[in-house]
Order: sequence, then C-alpha cells, then structure tokens
Amino acid sequence: MTSTRAALSRRAVLQNGLAGGLVLAFQWPLRAAPVNEPEQPPDHPDGQFAPNAFIRIDNAGKTTLVIPQAEMGQGVYTAIAMILAEELDADFAQVVIQHAPPSDKLYANPLFGIQVTGNSNSIRSFWDKLREAGAAARAMLIAAAAAQWQVDAASCSASNGKVTHATSNRTLTYGELADAAGKLPVPDKPKLKDPKDFTLIGKPLKRHDTPDKSDGKTIYGIDAMVPDMKFATLAQCPVLGGKVKHVDDTAAKKLPGVRQVVVLDDLVAVVGDHMWAAWQGLDALKVTWDEGPNARINSTDIWNGLRVESTKNGVVAKSEGDVDKGLTQGERFDADYELPLLAHATMEPMNCTVRLTPDACEIWIGTQVQSRCQQYAAKAAGLPIEKVTVNNHYLGGGFGRRLEPDMVESAVRIAKQVSTPIKVVWTREEDMQHDVYRPAYRDTISASLSNGKIVAWKYKVTGSSVLARWLPPAFQKGIDGDAVDSAVDMPYDIPNKRVEYVRAEPPAVVTGFWRGVGPNNNVFAIESFMDELARKANMDPVAFRLGMLDGTPRLKSALKLVAEKSGWGSPLPARVGRGVCAQPSFGSFIATVVEAEVDDVGAVHLRRVTCAVDTGIAVNPDTIMAQLQGGLIFGLTAALWGEVTIEKGRVQQSNFNNYRMLRIDETPPIDVHVIKSAEHPGGIGETGATAGPPALRNAIYAATGVPLRRLPIDRAAIAVKKA
Amino acid sequence: MAFTIRVNGASHDVDVGGDTPLLWVLRDVLGMTGTKYGCGIAQCGACTVHIDGSPVRSCLLPIGAVGGRAVTTIEGIGTTEAGAKVQKAWLDLEVIQCGYCQSGQIMSAAALLAKNPHPDEADIDAAMAGNICRCGTYVRIREAIKSAAGDGVRRPS
Repeated sequence: MTSTRAALSRRAVLQNGLAGGLVLAFQWPLRAAPVNEPEQPPDHPDGQFAPNAFIRIDNAGKTTLVIPQAEMGQGVYTAIAMILAEELDADFAQVVIQHAPPSDKLYANPLFGIQVTGNSNSIRSFWDKLREAGAAARAMLIAAAAAQWQVDAASCSASNGKVTHATSNRTLTYGELADAAGKLPVPDKPKLKDPKDFTLIGKPLKRHDTPDKSDGKTIYGIDAMVPDMKFATLAQCPVLGGKVKHVDDTAAKKLPGVRQVVVLDDLVAVVGDHMWAAWQGLDALKVTWDEGPNARINSTDIWNGLRVESTKNGVVAKSEGDVDKGLTQGERFDADYELPLLAHATMEPMNCTVRLTPDACEIWIGTQVQSRCQQYAAKAAGLPIEKVTVNNHYLGGGFGRRLEPDMVESAVRIAKQVSTPIKVVWTREEDMQHDVYRPAYRDTISASLSNGKIVAWKYKVTGSSVLARWLPPAFQKGIDGDAVDSAVDMPYDIPNKRVEYVRAEPPAVVTGFWRGVGPNNNVFAIESFMDELARKANMDPVAFRLGMLDGTPRLKSALKLVAEKSGWGSPLPARVGRGVCAQPSFGSFIATVVEAEVDDVGAVHLRRVTCAVDTGIAVNPDTIMAQLQGGLIFGLTAALWGEVTIEKGRVQQSNFNNYRMLRIDETPPIDVHVIKSAEHPGGIGETGATAGPPALRNAIYAATGVPLRRLPIDRAAIAVKKA
Repeated sequence: MAFTIRVNGASHDVDVGGDTPLLWVLRDVLGMTGTKYGCGIAQCGACTVHIDGSPVRSCLLPIGAVGGRAVTTIEGIGTTEAGAKVQKAWLDLEVIQCGYCQSGQIMSAAALLAKNPHPDEADIDAAMAGNICRCGTYVRIREAIKSAAGDGVRRPS
C-alpha cells in the first residue's frame, strides 16, 4: 500500500479524477508505479514465444494464456481467453489457462493501477490491452512465417493456431514459428480485427473452468495440499477489535490430533492433524478476552451515529443548475433510505495455506488481490517481497471479501509459530463474525416535481468510506468515488441536481467492498424514490422514467424492452405487483422488472424476474446471462433477509441458519435479454446485485402501497393490518 | 481409532477419532478435496456425499457411523448413470460459476434422479432446497435437472 501511495501523483489524480468526467461509470484515478517489485513471470518463458505477459507459445504449439484477473465464478478466465485468442487467432479449444502470479507491473488492472479483480471491470478495463497483446503476437507469428517463405506478410493469414500463405498453399503452425517469432520486435500498435471479423467474441462459448468443477478436480485455495502440512483454525475476539487476555489450553492439548496451540495478541489458533482436530481443540480452549473499547457498541449506536451525521452538509460530488431554487419550484418531496451492514458469506470460507522457512514464504490462496497478498505476507513474515511466492487458485466466491488480505496476514503470523507448513481454515462462524462488512448507508433525497418531470434533485449519501481505507490515494477531497457511483451519473434528465457525500465511519466495524459496491446503495435509493415520485405524479413508473431518459438512450431502450418482455401493465391478482429498476452502472445499461406477491402475513414470494441489458459488446453472451441471473439472486437475497447486527460489539449472525440465503424453492424464473451492441464492453458481475433490491422493493410498493424505506424488507410493515 | 471405509469402491484405513465427521476424513486425511466444507451444520449442502446411494451431509456424519456402507463422492459419482447424466447436463447448460457448491449440488441432483427419473418442479425444489449456491445458479440447476431427466429443452445457443 505504501508503494501505491508513494507512486501516486496528485496531479494525475486531478487530471484524471472524478472531477474530470467519468469515462466509465467509476474510474479510480490511479496509476501505481512498481516499487521494489520483483519480476516474477508465470513460468520460464525461455524456449517459448513470450511476446508479453499474457501469451506463451512453445515449440509444440501449446498456447498458454496467463489470466491477470481472478476467476471467482464470473467467467473471466473464459472471456479473457476469448479476447486474447480472438486477436491471436489461436485454436481456442486447445489453449491452456494459467493463473497469473502476483505482479502489479505485469498484471495491473488498467483502471486501478494495481493487480485487482473487482468493480466489474475486468473486461472493460483490459479490453484494449488484451486485444493489442493478441494482435501483436499474431503479427509477429505472421511476420516470422512471411520471412521464412520470403513473401509479403500482407499475403499471409492466420487462423486456429496456423499461418497460411494461400497463394503457395503453405502452412506453418504457431509452434513451428515460435522460435523465429520470438526474435522479432514486438509491434507498438498492432492492427486490431474489425469486430465484424470476430469468430470467438460474441459467441456463447463453453467455459474453460467448468468441466473440472463438475467432478471435484478443481483446486480452490482451501483444497491446497502441501507435504507435511498440518491443519489449523483460529478464533479472533468475538468483540470486534478485542485482544487475547489469557488462554488455558490444558484441555485442548489433551485432545487426540491436536498438535499445537498458538496464542497471538489478537487471536488464538489450534494446529492439528486435520481440521476437525484443530476445531475441537479450539472449542476446548478457555480464552479470556480483553474486549476493548467496542464491548458496549450495539447496532443502535451505529444507526444513531449515521442519522446524526446525515443531517450535516456533505462534500459536493456533483452539482448542476440551481438545486436550492429548483426545489422551490413545483411540489417538493423528501425521503430517507437506509441499507444495513452485510456479510459476504462466500461459499468457500476464508483460508490460507503457508509454508514458511527462515528465508522464504510460500502461500496458497484464492484471492482477488494477488500482489497485495504478497505484500502482506512479506510484511507479516518479515521477509523481502521477492522471497514470497503466491499461488493463486480458483475462488469459491469473492464478492469483494477476497479483496482483503487479512486472512493471509493472520495465517503467516500463525505459521511463524509452527514448524510445519499449515493450512489455516476459518470456520463459517469465524468467517461471518469477522468479515469486512458492506457499509451501512443512509441516503437523504429531496426532489421537486412539475408536470410529471423532476425539476430538482438533491441527494446525499452518508456512510463509511471503503475506498479511504482500501486505497487511500483514491479518496480525494472528501469524496469516496465508489460511495457516489451511480449517483453522480444518475441517468435521468433533471435540470438541477446536487449529490453530496458525508463520510461517517461506524464504531467497531471495518467495512469493505461487497458485490454491487457503491451503486448497490445508490441505485436502491434513487430507484425507490423514483417510484414514489411517479406515484406523486400519478404516472406509471415506467412511463415516468421513460420521460426523462432522452439523455441516456441505451437505458431507455433497455427499459422499453424489459417492459415489453415482462408484460408490464398487464393485470395481476391482488397483492401481486411489478416493480422496475433502471440503472446505468458499471458501464452497462440494465432495466429489470421483478414480479412479487406479498401474502397476508407479509411473506414475499418472488414470481418472475425479467431483465434487459445493453452491456456493449457481449464477449460471451451466455456468461452475461448467467451473471445477471446470479447477481439478481444475490441482490434479492440481501433485500429479503440480509442484515448484520451488532450487540455488545459482537456480530450476531453466525451461519446460514441465521444469515439467510435464497434457496432454489424460493427462486423464480429469471429471463435475461441481451441487447446487441457495438459499444465498448461494460461490466456485468455486480449489476444484478444492484438491480434486484430496488425492483423488488418497487414490486412490493405496487402490491401493497407501502413505500419501504430500508432493507431488509420489513414483513410486519407489509402484512395485512388486522382491524 | 482405526476405521475402514469404502469410498468410490476403494477401501481406506484411517486412524481418527470416531466422532470425526466424514467430511474431514475425506478432505484432510484422504486428500479427496472435491467434497466441500461450507457451514459445518448441515445448512448449505456443499459437503453432500452418498451413503448407499442416499444424499447425506458429510459435515455431520461421524466416521464411526459410516460402517461398511458405500460412500460415493463427487470424484466417483460420474460412474453412476444418474451422476454422469447430471454432470453432462451441468456442462451442457453451463450451470457452474464459482463451482464451490456444485459438488454438493451435483450429488443431490444425482440422488434425486436415481430415485425419481422424471422429477417435476416440486420434486426438484424439495430435493435441492438444502443446497445453497451463493453465485445464484438455481435457475440453471432447475433446467439442468430437467435436461438430465430428458424432460428439458436444450437452451438454444
């Protein structure tokens, strides 16, 4: 983190920053230079054609694509491979996929400046870079063939891993050309394909990673097996931020399979022959905790603090026209919305495997931040960064939780006390109670209406700043660009608008990115209030929105399409409603309709979800559909049940019995319509999570007339009132 | 204590406490990591295996209670007719995202189809409601089970 901060030029921030207009929905204004960073190519490129960090072709023609981004289910290994293979003209069926090692220099996400998978930007940020990487390699292979044949390169063509000179009917494979191509200079500006000539991009190709996931072969971080390894599990103080005071390990050490008890200042761990032994040992420890300053913190303190802070004026993140004057024109309405703390609950609990020797540290993990894990492991081990090897794996879900390196830091600190390699696996309870939580937010909105249009819109976000903690240089002038994302660029044509941000850090709780990030909050508040305003204007919610979307035609088209596909406006039974959400988030334009029934006791039954998306060029349309289906379920789950509460400094939720997930019997049909587009690809992984909650909330509003203002859904508020 | 268990047709001798859940014996003692830990309290289904063909949450099944019954895991389910059909349908319909829960999903689906070759929606919901998928692949799981049963329509691609 230090290196990032040091490398950041303030001028660059100002030039490219939030004030400069957002090229993409949310662009982190960062360029980190590699400082003290080892070169660690993914393998030995000697004897291979290795024109850049992404492509390796050996003499046998084996084509290896090194994927800079982490595969956590979003299909990025396949999509990135498709982009590389498209421009490379590789034989896609034969390419081999490889996890990238940690390296900000080789594999930095162009939008962040560091190596990170998040914010739904793998495809949109790497698009040009990957195409150029593939095209450069292809140009070099063609040039090598042309030289060998002594013909003009322009008379040669490439496809499926071969170069052909049609006139003389000669062909050479990429393997045969690898040595010669490797001696040629890498072209600066290789010619890219015309999108009409794409043979892979735009096709619903099969994923590379799924066959091994269907028969148990895939190795996730938690599956790492290292010779002579022992198994460990840990407990941190149940009161967030507390420390260890005293440990009585007499009973634990007597248990079969328990090998060692490790006591650090903030956690205890038990090492055993297998996870069960370690877990039993942990349960048998008698730990006295120093609960520290948070022992009296309750959820009410967090909410009260947030509500007080939200009455203050915020830092202005966006201002157009004259909001104060505009709010006096027409009829004025005000509302507040609140969203709770949430846990990530990835299916694969946190884990990290460590082999530590006096002069080297090797870790096995599934992470969204490879280079940051390396940095944290080095620091915890007290070793130079080049002595740390990170083996990344497939992730059993990320959702933002694996943007944090805390599980690496604690595992290495435990490993320092243990003579063998160890695999540290968190119990589900530990995972849920020591998460890095989605911030609680409070949004206050005022708007004025005249003739069915919004005249003025004043919007204020109050919440903790994840960015200020996670990437301090990106937090500029009191504004968290993530916290106001999808608010500063809200899609509706409104002449007077102002967006403010109030940073309010909760006591006790560390907050982090959660699938849907800032837009999760803003799209919920904006789209909920839009429905309330439509009702004030006596207008249909879709028609109301369409009347203010001339400036965002791609969203307007998506909204029209979803209205048609969802049967918008057709009759429904009593206490059944349709709700809509329109969002321009992550560079994609998405309109969603949820149809839901609210029964007499206030239980909500999802009946149907319809979604229309313009995400620009859809690299793999089948993945786009899958991501939206899954993202919608992720968001609907949170809307229906998600809330982390704190009592006496302790997180009250512990496992899936009290932190509910949507299950298959509660899942409605979900239809996703992908709109053909030639625009730059947009992001997709987060978008469903963002779309689901407001669309459901608005469906409940339509079904019951109750304007819910906070999540999760309050059943009592929407039950039929008994006379 | 020494136990002999039969997993995917092969016998294994293991020396662990009798209360050790089968999950940890499979993963940490035998190194068969296809079966996953998700919750430890039979809430998520990621650890589902078959005991004599029936789906069981291995996170709560003590090794001492397994006896000589046949244990089938995700690594072996492809040798059964229902298992092979389910795995094929899972790939045909591209169900899988992160994949961590899918060992359990596939084991539950294979057990369903072995007992009920043509499940209706309610049968599918009942058999699969114990398996959580955080990526939200339920829509495709439902389609894939129908496809494996020969009752589904292959989605045009």
